[in-house]
Amino acid sequence: MALEFPKDKWSGSVQEVVIGATAADGGTRATTVTVGGETTMPFIHFEAETPNRPVLALEIKDFRPDDWSALLLDFWGEAANDPGAWAKAAEEAGADMLLLSLSLTDPDGNPNTPEAAEKAAKAVLESSGLPLLVYGPGQAELDNELLVPVANACAGERVVLGICEDKNYRTLVATAMANGHLVVGRAPMDVNLSKQLNILIKDAGLPMDRVLMDPTTGALGYGIEYGFSVMERLRLAALRGDVMTQSPMAVSVGFETWKTKESKVGEDVPETWGDWEERAISWETITAITLIEAGADIVILRHPESLKRVRAAVDNLITAPELA
Amino acid sequence: MAISGIQIYKLLPKTNCKDCGFPTCMAFALKLAAKQVELSACPHVSEEAQAQLAASSEPPVRLITLESDGSKLEVGNEVVLFRHEKTFYNKPGFFFLVKDSEDPGAITEKVKEIDAFVVNYVGIDLAVDGFAVKSEGDGAAFAAAVEAVRAGSKRPLILIGDDPAVLADGLAKLEGEKPLIGTANPENWEAFADLAIANKASLVVTAGSLEELADLTPKIKDKGLADLVLDPQVTAFNDGLAKHTILRRMALAKNFRPFGFPIIAYPSQAATPEAEVALATQAVTKYAGFVVMENFAPETLYGLLVLRENIYTDPQKPIQVQPGVYEINQPTPDAPVMVTTNFSITYFSVANEIESSGQPGFLLVADAEGMSVLTAWAAGNFDAEQIAKDVKKFGVEEKINHKSIILPGHVAVLSGELEEELPGWEIKVGPRESVDLPAYLKQVA
Ligand code: B12
Ligand code: SF4
Repeated sequence: MALEFPKDKWSGSVQEVVIGATAADGGTRATTVTVGGETTMPFIHFEAETPNRPVLALEIKDFRPDDWSALLLDFWGEAANDPGAWAKAAEEAGADMLLLSLSLTDPDGNPNTPEAAEKAAKAVLESSGLPLLVYGPGQAELDNELLVPVANACAGERVVLGICEDKNYRTLVATAMANGHLVVGRAPMDVNLSKQLNILIKDAGLPMDRVLMDPTTGALGYGIEYGFSVMERLRLAALRGDVMTQSPMAVSVGFETWKTKESKVGEDVPETWGDWEERAISWETITAITLIEAGADIVILRHPESLKRVRAAVDNLITAPELA
Repeated sequence: MAISGIQIYKLLPKTNCKDCGFPTCMAFALKLAAKQVELSACPHVSEEAQAQLAASSEPPVRLITLESDGSKLEVGNEVVLFRHEKTFYNKPGFFFLVKDSEDPGAITEKVKEIDAFVVNYVGIDLAVDGFAVKSEGDGAAFAAAVEAVRAGSKRPLILIGDDPAVLADGLAKLEGEKPLIGTANPENWEAFADLAIANKASLVVTAGSLEELADLTPKIKDKGLADLVLDPQVTAFNDGLAKHTILRRMALAKNFRPFGFPIIAYPSQAATPEAEVALATQAVTKYAGFVVMENFAPETLYGLLVLRENIYTDPQKPIQVQPGVYEINQPTPDAPVMVTTNFSITYFSVANEIESSGQPGFLLVADAEGMSVLTAWAAGNFDAEQIAKDVKKFGVEEKINHKSIILPGHVAVLSGELEEELPGWEIKVGPRESVDLPAYLKQVA
């Protein structure tokens, strides 16, 4: 029997977005990444080619994050004390891109300062040639206070500034426009809220080829099913031609999974949880692959071993299979 | 094939007797086509019409049942491509592979260990579903391996091999069970079909291409065996995703009957244990009905079973626990009172921590419509008013000799309002994450 594979016909596509700028484009990055451009549900090669592979980023911090899992701190060792050294180590560990996430306070508990943030960002740019995302600590006012000077200091590098929510998007968009950067907006797991936020960002003046969206996810066991479904719904909406849902999606998988008990804690847990390190890495890997299958364009991880395993899956998914 | 109201009408008695509660047979037919009523509401349909209607309303993915002494697994009956469209119904079964070339004693040991694996997630005990026994050629060895597995587990089995005669030797050891056997291909399918029919088994079917697979399943069905499982010969992520998607799309969207069966996936074929976990992740998210694994490790199996639980949760109903006061570690009236929401994941994260801390306490589980702390707070289902209401409703005051309550750290902002709602109470703010509760309780105790 001759079979005709059931192809969906889509009218829309995901917006293509370039992150990072090389010397030719007025920046200093050694490489750039391009995400988006999909015209099918994830990796359905028999409908159309997937133009860009999902990008795997590693998250680093401006100050040693003592609240992180000991597994992560042990892995990074000394490098975690210094953002420049950490950036270099993360690049060597195989990341496509780096997320510098700024802390709420310094190690002594004093509020983080614009000077410190700027210094950290510069150190990262100097020691690594990778494209960069920079996220504030997640409190609208402090985010603005820290990210504006960082944006100025990184002018021309096509950095992604985050995270825009409805409270702080204006300032971030304005500084992104002034300095040639991009933004990422985060809405709480809801197609319409993601859409609305994109409309606000666009109306504030940023072209859509400089906007990413973070639909929010939960970790495996802590709400991943909501993240999975909202991403599938956003991707379907984008392909059906709903323009304000067509931004590439970036998700903070490492942030979510490494705060779960399964990853954070090695002692006094049920015996059936097995080996701590392997469990934690699997937790991050399973979460990442699940969301990539749902349409994630950028996955931000914390452990290089997870990155290696996710990369192996992506390398294969991105190539068109022979379908006899 | 989905059947129209007119087609159904033709099969009804056309007497408009109204016994079904509808004014006309046509009205009833339309409701039936829309799946809003059951055929049984009409007491007058002929048996012949019933049979025809039943065939046409066959589920797009057939339900396959495996049974053994004491356990049963149902797979299939799926109706959507994306879980948000309705829900995924029957979780894929996880099976661990043993080969008959292994020493029977070692097989029993290994099977016992895997069989005993149980991990609790939000109050649900997660475990594997069964074992797949693979023949490497010899009938006696195969029968011995099946016996060795049975000595270690009573869970349902999949028997896999190339030679129906060898499989028959294994099946002889499984009297009264309904296993899954395989693998039938375009050359050997008749013998396999006979064997499956004789043993009330379901049958895995494979072929070199999806075209050949589509040719093969109708032949086996015509022979009288309808309980089939598809093995599309997946070798990696990319062809796995493509083949599973094609099979599921054709079964659902095109109602293509040759592919209207569950799919079996073999992450066991991966080159490394890490790749096996990754392939199993894809199998769970993308349409596998049976997942065959080779490397057993609690730390990775736990995650995969949780993933399966999550993906197969009904998106319309979050898993909830009953609101109320939960007494943990036999609290006395001076024990602390903590408040949380009735989302299962939230409740169990907190309750497990209190329990393992060894400290007695009362946990007031507020009625927050099954939402997590922050979600419920943002949605207005977990505010000071609600907490105060539940403090009264569940008689917290009568159980304790103090007046203080501990809030989750994430909703510290509620403390002012809660002081107003609960005059005379001391409102304490606990840590943000439940992991830090034991240390906190030690400090406040
Ligand atoms: C899954 C999820 C959903 C799911 C709902 C799942 C459910 N049944 O609750 C859906 C998609 C439906 C959803 C909807 C919404 N969500 Co929501 N959601 C999440 C998400 C991703 C995970 C929540 C979760 O399950 N966490 C796991 C559980 C276990 O955490 P938890 O309940 O907080 O419990 C922990 C601690 O609080 C602590 N704890 C709990 N109890 C106690 C008690 C004591 C005494 C102590 C000490 C500690 C403690 O222990 C637990 C483990 O550490 C979070 C973001 C995130 N990644 O966290 C957003 C989030 C909670 N949602 C948010 C919002 C705004 C919403 C919406 C209002 C959006 C909207 N306008 O539509 C809606 C509201 C729903 C509605 N209107 O019907 C926001 C809340 C923002 C805020 N700070 O106010 C969040 C934080 C996302 C964000 N960053 O914006 N959401
Ligand atoms: S009960 Fe049956 S015969 Fe009577 S009206 Fe309804 S459909 Fe027609």
